[in-house]
Amino acid sequence: MSDLSDYSGNKGVDSELQDFLMAEKQKAQFHAQIHEFNDFCWDKCVDKPGAKLDSRTETCITNCVERFIDVSLLITNRFAQMLEKGGGMN
Amino acid sequence: MDSLSTGTLSGVQKEELMDQVKQQIAIANAQELLTKMSEKCFKKCINKPGTALDNSEQKCIAMCMDRYMDAWNLVSRTYSSRIQRERNNM
Repeated sequence: MSDLSDYSGNKGVDSELQDFLMAEKQKAQFHAQIHEFNDFCWDKCVDKPGAKLDSRTETCITNCVERFIDVSLLITNRFAQMLEKGGGMN
Repeated sequence: MDSLSTGTLSGVQKEELMDQVKQQIAIANAQELLTKMSEKCFKKCINKPGTALDNSEQKCIAMCMDRYMDAWNLVSRTYSSRIQRERNNM
């Protein structure tokens, strides 16, 4: 009967499994974001693929990622302000 | 492990499920990378598709793959350190 009481104690929700799935979901989102960044920063920064990434390309890629995040933060904040003021969407 | 059982999954079954989830995510990730690499490197290396891939095209593809991985890793490092910085600022 110990199985049954465990079951009712957990209300059917397995917290270990839930934590695991949440962590995996976060990792998957992180990876999806990297794929996306790499997709367009590659187009912006890499000319002809050479024997290694030269330092100019590396700097360009780093800046590309950082500035993209800046832009999305800026837009998110500004959009939130617009919504607060109420009239922005008309 | 007994207290973690949900009444439907045994500890072993749960472990198997977690492994499966991880594996599927890894496969999806690899597929995404493969698709992106093929697309990007085709664009960079094949100007006029001929009757076969010639030597220089094959060399270009190999180089392009390696550089795409370099860029991916660089983006990954940049993105995670940015996340870290943003967390510290909160």
